[in-house]
Amino acid sequence: MAEIQNFTLNFGPQHPSAHGVLRLILEMDGEVIERADPHIGLLHRGTEKLAETKPYNQSIGYMDRLDYVSMMVNEHGYVLALEKLLGVTPPIRAQYIRVMFDEITRILNHLMWLGAHALDIGAMTVFLYGFREREDLLDIYEATSGARMHATYYRPGGVYRDLPDEMPKYQASKWHSEKEVAKLNENRQGSLLDFIEDFTRRFPTYVDEYETLLTENRIWKHRTVGIGVVTPERALQLGFTGPMLRGSGFEWDLRKKQPYEVYDKMDFDIPVGKTGDSYDRYLVRIEEMRQSTRIITQCIGWLRDNSGPVMLDDRKLTPPPRESMKGDMESLIHHFKLFTEGYSVPEGEAYVAVEHPKGEFGTYVISDGANKPYRLKIRAPGFPHLAACDEMTRGHMLADVVAIIGTMDVVFGEIDR
Amino acid sequence: MANTIVNNLEVLGSRVREKFGDKIISSDIALDELTVVVDKKDILEVCKTLHDDPDFDFKTMIDLCGVDYSAYGDVEWTTDGATGSGFSRGVSTAGHSDTEGQPSNTTSATTTTGKKGGLVVVYHLLSITHNIRIRLKTLSADPLILDSVVSVWAVANWYEREAFDLFGIMFEGHPDLRRLLTDYGFIGHPFRKDFPISGHVEMRYDADKKRVIYEPVSIEPRTLVPRVIRDDHRYLNEHKKEGNR
Repeated sequence: MAEIQNFTLNFGPQHPSAHGVLRLILEMDGEVIERADPHIGLLHRGTEKLAETKPYNQSIGYMDRLDYVSMMVNEHGYVLALEKLLGVTPPIRAQYIRVMFDEITRILNHLMWLGAHALDIGAMTVFLYGFREREDLLDIYEATSGARMHATYYRPGGVYRDLPDEMPKYQASKWHSEKEVAKLNENRQGSLLDFIEDFTRRFPTYVDEYETLLTENRIWKHRTVGIGVVTPERALQLGFTGPMLRGSGFEWDLRKKQPYEVYDKMDFDIPVGKTGDSYDRYLVRIEEMRQSTRIITQCIGWLRDNSGPVMLDDRKLTPPPRESMKGDMESLIHHFKLFTEGYSVPEGEAYVAVEHPKGEFGTYVISDGANKPYRLKIRAPGFPHLAACDEMTRGHMLADVVAIIGTMDVVFGEIDR
Repeated sequence: MANTIVNNLEVLGSRVREKFGDKIISSDIALDELTVVVDKKDILEVCKTLHDDPDFDFKTMIDLCGVDYSAYGDVEWTTDGATGSGFSRGVSTAGHSDTEGQPSNTTSATTTTGKKGGLVVVYHLLSITHNIRIRLKTLSADPLILDSVVSVWAVANWYEREAFDLFGIMFEGHPDLRRLLTDYGFIGHPFRKDFPISGHVEMRYDADKKRVIYEPVSIEPRTLVPRVIRDDHRYLNEHKKEGNR
């Protein structure tokens, strides 16, 4: 009987380790991958075209939905591009708030990545641990913006409102007694900043916990060391950015090299990998979580000592306060114009890149002077990473495909746009 | 290589002009970004040199995208002189206006820029060694075929597939120019300006035929907020000076 050696395997789009809606056509020789052809676009919503039909501010919410595990950083890229075209700089307090939330978002993203990646390879616990911390961070999102995920908090000219003075507390119910609630509320007695500070004190020990589970774990090392190796030359060729590029040994971080907002005032280090394999990228991201904690701590210190506006006082761009609208005709007109027609952005084009948790998130806006973008192009970091899937998986076993998709940290909201 | 460090855009701009001479149609710096326009027949050669020459060393292509300039500067409400006559109540979209027997409200603002045109390909390149970026633009021209840069940057593969899918721009020498983002069997190029936002077909499950079927769309595109161009950026410029408070 002839043995069948080569066959084509359809992987996804409903496979749990396809991280959403990835469909892979794998050409295999036995259990070895000969060619991988990712089919993407199953989550394509045409965000860029949709943005062309709406006033600028109405698209901020769409940015959250691109990479839906690092919401505020997406907004940041878009808002920065608009500010560049408009020629405005947000107040310094807003810049610190943005940087703080960017780093909170980075931890959110890396926790999700770590949990999902470990779960794919077979470690269940990390996922549960990761979500324990994400809960606190999403509470911070909720306390500030009102939404746990899709915040729509950044605006051209600042952030929508200042940080709350009080951290919302749990309330007793038939599921939680007074005593339990009192324990849950222990670190929620002060302001939001107190809560975040408490988190930054606790978080490094949590990272140690993840590391005791994984870093020296024999199975983890078997599954990641030497898997998906990308040489520095290929990493540049393949358009890698962020942790994927740093894992291959480049000390390249836009927060340091092309600083925006107040990153140049922050003290932090860039972790760099050596071999460019999945394990190195794991170590890089783990260290980034620690460095993000450092940045958050510095932001908290500044935000405690300095108060001030968080939004430009420019009525052609930002809405007037609600109180003034009740008595002042001009405020009412400004409010009406801003929320119906929006603002017109001067003619021109701008490309702005921010260091997204996944890599370089670029926003290319072309304006013809109208109240809607003429063209918006989102440069999603995951897009070139997934495009390299074929090259990275070739010659590996089927089980390693899952490890490689995991290490790329792909989210289809941004890849398919 | 110490003498070749290109650390600011003016130096880079003049280096590029020096190197490529009359291949450069225009190069200008706006908003701290250098934009270089080249003819599409020269694009592969220019890209190769920008990649290989240590003077430039653009080892990474960050982005490639198509832009459709055919509706540039078009507005749905003209605002000049509207104070006397008032605005119309609604906006009829281009496809819809024929049935009403009225000319479309879409008026072409006098293209003061002269930018209105066809499809353009935009490349964003990054040099990690010099820490500098450059934007390359092709001059639009029909037919929409230009050389692929996959041989220069492997990352261009998917970006060119995307541009082909969404704009219908062909890349000669691309190893595998298939659609990327749209549905299997999709017809048309959705990011062109003449493609309606609601598309041409919708799909549903047909219980009788027991399969998914495609039908012409049943919804009409409508405009919630008309597109207007206003020139009151004078207030914004004041803030530029105040800037970093």
